[in-house]
Amino acid sequence: MNFLKGNAACPGCPITKELDAILDVYGKKTAVVVPASCSTVIMGDTVLGMLSPVNVVHSPFAAAASIASGLSTAMEFRKDNANILVWAGDGSTSDIGFAAVSGAAERNEDITYVCYDNEAYMNTGIQRSSLTPYGAWTTTTPSHKHEFKKPLPLIIAMHNVPYVATASISYLADFKAKFSKAKSMKGFRYIHLLSPCPPGWKFDASLTMNIGKLAVETGMWPLYEIENGVFKLSSISKPYVDKAKRKPLEEYLKLQERFSGLSNEELANMQAYIDEMWNYIAKVNNSKVIP
Amino acid sequence: MITAMVGNHAVAYAVKQAKPQVLAVYPITPQTTMLEKLASYAASGEPNAKLIKVESEHSAMASIYGAAIAGARVFTATSSQGLLYMTEVIYWAGGQRVPIVAGIATRAVGSPWSIWDDHQDFVSKRDAIWIQMMAENVQDAYDMTLQAFKISEDKRVILPVMMGFDGFVLTHTMERLNTLDDATVDSFIPERDFNIIDFDKPIGIGPIATQDNYIKYRYKAMQAMERSKEVIEEISKEYSKLSGREQHGLIEFYKCDDADYIIVAMGAWAGDARVAVDELRSKGIKIGLAKLRVVRPFPKEKLMQVKDRKALIVLDRAYSYGSGGILATEVKASLYNANIPIYSVIGGIGGKEFGKKMRL
Repeated sequence: MNFLKGNAACPGCPITKELDAILDVYGKKTAVVVPASCSTVIMGDTVLGMLSPVNVVHSPFAAAASIASGLSTAMEFRKDNANILVWAGDGSTSDIGFAAVSGAAERNEDITYVCYDNEAYMNTGIQRSSLTPYGAWTTTTPSHKHEFKKPLPLIIAMHNVPYVATASISYLADFKAKFSKAKSMKGFRYIHLLSPCPPGWKFDASLTMNIGKLAVETGMWPLYEIENGVFKLSSISKPYVDKAKRKPLEEYLKLQERFSGLSNEELANMQAYIDEMWNYIAKVNNSKVIP
Repeated sequence: MITAMVGNHAVAYAVKQAKPQVLAVYPITPQTTMLEKLASYAASGEPNAKLIKVESEHSAMASIYGAAIAGARVFTATSSQGLLYMTEVIYWAGGQRVPIVAGIATRAVGSPWSIWDDHQDFVSKRDAIWIQMMAENVQDAYDMTLQAFKISEDKRVILPVMMGFDGFVLTHTMERLNTLDDATVDSFIPERDFNIIDFDKPIGIGPIATQDNYIKYRYKAMQAMERSKEVIEEISKEYSKLSGREQHGLIEFYKCDDADYIIVAMGAWAGDARVAVDELRSKGIKIGLAKLRVVRPFPKEKLMQVKDRKALIVLDRAYSYGSGGILATEVKASLYNANIPIYSVIGGIGGKEFGKKMRL
């Protein structure tokens, strides 16, 4: 479904493609809740703005999960059987709106929450968030970030919600399959997208899909599902349990200027983080991660 | 039915009779027992309402905002810090002009901590595009809550409404209460028959407005707020007839016809002011009370009716630091051309006893 007929996204931005693919699966009977983010701007203003095929409910920065909770609750009275979908960035999800997301997850609200993670506050001009990776330059980490990315999908999974998944628009079939599964379920469903950002990550706008692929191939962005508490590595990411099958991290880093000028120590810390993450994945794959 | 209830339970009872569908609950003293009561009503299936047990006041307002744009009748309640924490979404809901009713058990604002009554929390929301009503006693709180739902959903208005009533002084005080029967309430507040979400005609709700458009939204909100004055009066009259209790619309003038001096006040201490008026009149002082039932919209035109008196004394239970009493400032602005002395009295801050021998 063509979500936006003409829009204000930057060249190479994957957001509109991601939304199109989601709505292909979710269909017209969907209301999308959008907190302050790049998407607010991309969707345009009251006059020249997009003509979306679905309702869009704009939200203050920290309120999307709660507005969606209310919409979903009201739908029970309307018997509309509509999909309530949150489309939120990493700052909204992991920082300012985190309490509301955690609250909605704990209450197991009947909503699909999508975090499109471009790893910084891109709309305000590239400031670090708790989902900015270690080593990345942002305007508020001018000598690179030295804290690791918050493991948000795992944190949400620990709320004992029915479905958590990671996905990437570079793998469209896997992406759509995960949304199809989410749509077929009830309760709080959380899908976390790594959403490469050309101006924020400083790469050429033609490389968005390649960067998304490299994130998976280098092991930076493992694709997995946690369904009813059981961790399951997606088939695309399965080979990368074996470190030898992962592409060298440098291939991912060298295309993005945000990672330029990293010291050997910083590079070693990043590699160690990836290795430890995969050790954890190898341990928990196909088992229940929720106590 | 004649009964007795504490203020929180009286408001909860009115809300139950208004048949909301979605309620958001989050505890804060002294509002908590109101939402506890509503939770127990909802658990018993009457009203047939869903409770969203949110993790903060910010989410309380956000969740009922979401429910309200989807067509549900909604309610939440809070006090003090909770009202401040909710503020961002209060403005958001006001800007979008969504019918919502919120009960505000007024309380001082920290720091330092105080759970006691004043009006600082309530008046801090005066610019948020919400109608604000303030009750004098438990009966008033019950009556106003029912009127609030009807005003909020009136198609000439469509604005959220805040019903304030003094923390502890009313929330926790048991008073005689005369309730309407359910059928009368049903006829007074029929089912809400409109919503904003239509899956066949999708729209963007609250997108970016350009400079030219933002001002149009705000201008229409201003007009709605002005129109609401007439609607509030009309609904107040209708309710007076239904209940047999005179409601007085935006403002009540008590013994003002021949008064030289008039006290202007809102909230529970308007009841004390009534006693003071009677006492002073017994000593030969011609004094009356103008009780503000509604402060947004501010009843400027009504206040003009008392512009030719010797003086007005405005009681404020809140203060604008660096400026003055908030109601006093508004009364002065309303009567700017009247050339009448207007005295401002600040009292009852943080629950401080206010009376004949009051001193700081």
